[in-house]
Amino acid sequence: MAARVLACAPCHGAEGEGTRDVYFPRLAGKPAGYLYNQLIAFRDGRRKYPPMNYLLEFQTDDYLKKIAEYFASLRPAFPPPVPPVDSKEILARGEAIVKNGDPQHGIPPCSACHGPTLGGMEPGIPGLLGLRAAYISGQLGGWRYGTRTALAPDCMQVVASLLTEDDVKAVAAYLSSRPAPADPSFAPRGSLPMPLECGSEPH
Amino acid sequence: MSRTSTGLLVGLALALLPITALAQQKAADPAVVAKGEYLARAGDCIACHTAREGRTFAGGLPMKTPFGTLYTSNITPDPQTGIGTWTSDQFYQMMHSGRFPDGGLVYPAMPFASYTQVTREDSDAIYAYLRTVPPVRQLNKPHDLTFPFNNRSLILGWRTLFFREGEFKPDPTKSAEWNRGNYLVEGLGHCGMCHTPINALGGSKQSQAFEGGLIPMQNWYAPSLTSNKETGLGDWTIEEIVDYLRKGVSAKGAVYGPMAEVVYNSLQYLNDDDVRAMAVYLKGLAQGGPPEKASTSLPSAESSLLLSLGKSIYDRDCASCHGATGQGMPPDYPPLAGNQSIQMVSAVNPIRMVLNGGYPPGTSGNPMPHGMPPFAQKLSDDEVAAVVTYIRTAWGNRGEPVSARQANELRAATLN
Ligand code: HEC
Ligand code: HEC
Ligand code: HEC
Ligand code: HEC
Ligand code: HEC
Repeated sequence: MAARVLACAPCHGAEGEGTRDVYFPRLAGKPAGYLYNQLIAFRDGRRKYPPMNYLLEFQTDDYLKKIAEYFASLRPAFPPPVPPVDSKEILARGEAIVKNGDPQHGIPPCSACHGPTLGGMEPGIPGLLGLRAAYISGQLGGWRYGTRTALAPDCMQVVASLLTEDDVKAVAAYLSSRPAPADPSFAPRGSLPMPLECGSEPH
Repeated sequence: MSRTSTGLLVGLALALLPITALAQQKAADPAVVAKGEYLARAGDCIACHTAREGRTFAGGLPMKTPFGTLYTSNITPDPQTGIGTWTSDQFYQMMHSGRFPDGGLVYPAMPFASYTQVTREDSDAIYAYLRTVPPVRQLNKPHDLTFPFNNRSLILGWRTLFFREGEFKPDPTKSAEWNRGNYLVEGLGHCGMCHTPINALGGSKQSQAFEGGLIPMQNWYAPSLTSNKETGLGDWTIEEIVDYLRKGVSAKGAVYGPMAEVVYNSLQYLNDDDVRAMAVYLKGLAQGGPPEKASTSLPSAESSLLLSLGKSIYDRDCASCHGATGQGMPPDYPPLAGNQSIQMVSAVNPIRMVLNGGYPPGTSGNPMPHGMPPFAQKLSDDEVAAVVTYIRTAWGNRGEPVSARQANELRAATLN
């Protein structure tokens, strides 16, 4: 399998560990169901990044599933978290949204779906640790501007559009400052409350 | 006549005809429907008549042309928005003559110039099949063409120049296999739509049939399919052509670019006999004249510099898959030595491969293809030009050098 996906290595690393480019995400150890949904979304043009849309255009569901399972099974080391450059206030605001949400503005806690340890939930919700700030804000921005969409109902689109620019910055700063767990541990399917319905995480 | 008024007239005319349509509907024999489904695959109707993530055959796929954007039609049996009220005569008239039921002219982006060869029996089978697909209520999107191309009467001029109406006539001096291949390649397969030089009006030049051409708007070059040792399929065995068309990979080269769509949606579904017949026919095509020979556009001092830079890039970035001497590891990694698809006059294809990488299509014969990484971020324009020049000229290859400017221009080529 490693040889078949060498085409992905320049951007995602030979073991899916990610590269120095902050916009190129790590793939290793994310839930297979989540990775599979992303590969389908790129193939069908629902999630847009032309170089990837192009590579995957004529691949079958079965093969994309195997690719997803392959990267999900890898456990390369995480890079050390970058020391936070943002102020304590910003990090505190980020932590509050992640753990408690912002009831005043209707923002649900991220942990309600991504798990109290932010490790994600099987089969379709990814962990939020080990991602870089630029990537996190890029993705939340993608949902707000429609370049990233997930299976309907797209709960992340709802969540992302409730956040202000400052909230996005705070959440990205906080999440990227946390150390990633050595071994990802997903919450079991259906074990979290999930304040909104998500097409990628059917009950 | 505008598309909307065509639609209106069609609607009016058909209000008078529902009984004929219904009478034909119940005649659908499962064997005929199955044959029609197979033939629709051979004609690759799905590739154009299904939008990304859209419902099958509901149309709406944008087709960019130098004159604007055409949107394909809904060909599901929905009576209001699809072709549910069409009779098999009207369907045949569309396939054979490129005319709507009211006589209106069809844009040649719908490959009726090839489908005209389809027999009445095969057209009826496709018709029977299309009546069995789930109807989808979805209005056709109006075309978005620039003046004067939004005027359908211009199609008349194109038809006079490029359209020869007529069903396929077998050549009794050739084998049944050759004739079957001829029918599929020239007719339903509409291979000439890409593999023939496209003239300014969007027609294929018959005089140079299958000698290859640059596909407008897509910036890919469809190589010659004529049997010439330098640029065609002359060197290929029948087995290699069959593998290439059905599996998407072969000992001679892999499928990439727009050809990947053809293999993915159409050719992989055809049976071995039919693909073999196509290969036999393709191999037998004789080339009209000697292939064009480009003049070296770079001074030779510069080319030799390019070459030494190119070799070091090749050894570092390419040799692990394509081999130190370009021998490749077929079928997973295609050979570059002796691969005519990279030595053609147009260097568009090898430049784009290096910039964008690629995967051959996933097919039942090769469900988990190996891929090539894109090098657009890693290599500068000079480096792309150098390595492409190297692979076009090393190991006895006889392509011409390419310039950094050519590489730069293709960075902006649209993907997808
Ligand atoms: C040219 C660089 C490049 C190449 C090559 C590439 N990717 Fe990506 N990939 C990206 C970028 C950039 C993103 C993030 C896109 C976005 O912003 O939505 C991404 C996102 C992804 C994601 C979603 C990750 C997540 O956490 O949501 C998956 C899965 C993925 N790529 C798999 C692959 C696979 C498999 C291959 C090889 C077949 C591949 N990629 C090749 C650049 C690349
Ligand atoms: C209602 C459940 C839910 C809530 C609440 C939620 N998420 Fe998500 N999140 C998801 C799902 C489902 C996905 C996967 C979407 C997909 O398939 O593309 C996701 C994906 C993401 C991703 C993409 C990760 C990647 O690797 O590309 C980010 C970033 C993210 N969420 C951040 C957040 C943040 C920040 C919050 C809190 C402000 C939050 N989420 C709250 C369900 C939720
Ligand atoms: C290369 C793209 C392409 C392919 C392949 C193709 N079509 Fe079309 N087709 C079109 C376009 C574009 C139109 C719209 C033409 C116009 O408006 O003048 C069209 C129109 C039609 C229409 C007229 C429908 C209406 O209501 O206007 C029918 C019927 C049709 N196609 C059937 C087929 C069948 C059957 C096949 C396969 C054997 C096929 N097409 C393959 C591009 C294509
Ligand atoms: C949408 C445009 C398009 C259509 C339609 C198309 N081709 Fe191609 N074809 C290409 C392009 C572009 C290439 C070059 C890429 C490659 O070699 O994979 C190519 C390459 C080929 C090659 C390899 C030639 C070589 O020298 O390497 C063969 C053989 C071929 N096509 C046969 C066919 C046949 C047979 C059909 C009809 C069933 C067909 N093509 C229809 C675009 C097309
Ligand atoms: C990881 C393996 C790998 C590496 C490294 C690689 N390639 Fe490829 N190459 C492939 C595969 C697989 C294909 C078939 C891709 C397709 O069909 O879309 C291919 C196709 C090609 C083609 C088209 C030839 C044909 O007939 O399909 C060219 C040209 C090419 N590569 C050049 C290069 C150059 C130049 C480099 C170095 C800059 C390079 N490749 C590096 C695997 C690789």
